[in-house]
Amino acid sequence: MKRKYLTFVRIVHTGIANFFRNASLAVAAMAVMVVTLTIVLFSVDTSATLNHTIAQFADKINISIYLNDNVAAAQRNALMQSLRCLPQVKGVSYVSKDQALATYKAANASNKNLLVAINETGNPLPASIEVDPVDPSKIDQIQQILDLPATKTLEDPQAGTSYSGNRKQAIDSIARAASILKRVGVAAVIIFAAVSMLIIFNTIQMAIFNRRDEITIMRLLGASTSFIRGPFVVESILYGVISALVSVGILDVLFVVASNALQASSLGLLDISYASSYFYNHFFLLLTLQLATGIVIGAVSSTIATRRYLKFKIK
Amino acid sequence: MILLDRVTKTYNKHLGAALDRVSLHVEANEFVIVVGQSGAGKTTLMRLLTREERPTSGKIIIGGIDYDKLKDRDIPLLRRKIGVVFQDFKLLPNKTVFENVAFALEIVGVSRREIQHTIPKVLDIVNLTGKEKRMPMELSGGERQRVAIARAIARQPKILIADEPTGNLDPKHAWDIIRVLEKVNKYGTTVLLTTHNQEIVNTLKRRVVTMHHGRIASDRANAQYEAVSEEKEGGKE
Repeated sequence: MKRKYLTFVRIVHTGIANFFRNASLAVAAMAVMVVTLTIVLFSVDTSATLNHTIAQFADKINISIYLNDNVAAAQRNALMQSLRCLPQVKGVSYVSKDQALATYKAANASNKNLLVAINETGNPLPASIEVDPVDPSKIDQIQQILDLPATKTLEDPQAGTSYSGNRKQAIDSIARAASILKRVGVAAVIIFAAVSMLIIFNTIQMAIFNRRDEITIMRLLGASTSFIRGPFVVESILYGVISALVSVGILDVLFVVASNALQASSLGLLDISYASSYFYNHFFLLLTLQLATGIVIGAVSSTIATRRYLKFKIK
Repeated sequence: MILLDRVTKTYNKHLGAALDRVSLHVEANEFVIVVGQSGAGKTTLMRLLTREERPTSGKIIIGGIDYDKLKDRDIPLLRRKIGVVFQDFKLLPNKTVFENVAFALEIVGVSRREIQHTIPKVLDIVNLTGKEKRMPMELSGGERQRVAIARAIARQPKILIADEPTGNLDPKHAWDIIRVLEKVNKYGTTVLLTTHNQEIVNTLKRRVVTMHHGRIASDRANAQYEAVSEEKEGGKE
């Protein structure tokens, strides 16, 4: 037990010493790893932000059923009751003709001519039932009730039903863009992870090549595989840890620059202020994720790289 | 201690066997000199013992370890039991004398304190006291070889294999090495030495195993160097 501990300490010690000895090679390996990890971090943050944006939009979607002026309160309540019972429905509310008019007037307060015209014609706006769905993309049950002939007779023949058509389309296109972005992000992460693994792989192989005599001697003196491999793995894990810290630092700087210098709150679809707050609110989780990714990339690639050189080549 | 039973090693079928049915038995604490021309099979024999190579056929048992049953991952354990000294020293060039010897002990998980305690003793045996901090480059060939011996004996192996340890050295330094080997042997280590230095063989008067074309041509106690072939002996490899 004590021996194992001692050996472990020696392996770590040698690994750290080799890290500094190999500084020039290490910088190249870490540069690629920083790019990889920054992409990982950026993808995670972007995807969280886009999900948030979509959720925000989705919240604003509702279905309006415009009623004709002849609908009695009892009929209206019966319809609302049947809608309320659906699991797809979050809430149902009634907007009377007067309320609709007030809202319309408030929205068009600056357009004097329009207001005058509205006042002269009496109230042309229909009353409506507002249905707030749980998930705007799943409204088939609501649709069924709306399609019933009994419901149709209550509807205003001109206005009918609105699924907030334009808004829904916008949300669908955002969701589609987000899912494409996510896929691009995943692909980028995989590609860069593979590239950085290959480069670390190469770096370690070069380090091994430089020290092949040493390894031969170690082998002849009876050094175990883990004793020889250990320092290389420690060295690569160090690449991972440092690169993870740098990548987190890069995003931190980016957010500071974005919020201070540019005064920008969003970049196209990307809500930067949310991305930034997500980053700082989940800072330690993201840091852990980065460290874990860096360590795994380092450990896996160096283990594979040393494998070939550490086989016993007995003729 | 060392047992070889009809060991054959063929590298290339067309070239014939490098070792041909070699049987050898070495007792504990023996000092055995293996002589023979270049290509007689001395180095192959040594490499088989350290498991750098595998015999084509035949059985090898060293210190109770049957090589047929030895798994690759247990090779390090075997090598820790055998001290090996090479003609080209094989020291780590960027480590000091002390560190080179310490390295062999670190591999097997010896504590720092134990290392501090052991190294002065082994450096004393090889007469290198006071040169702990030198780098291998700053030492003479003989001194380097003594560092290698110190490294090999630091772990107190039961067997010390020295393959042409004097091959690169002038006569005076060669004798330093031989004296150290005798000392190691006196402390209870079985020594297997290969050489083609006639003077050393004749002066030591030990068991001499003469190899010729991969076979053991003779195996005599208190023997003198004998030329087995028609060619003149004594050339350096």
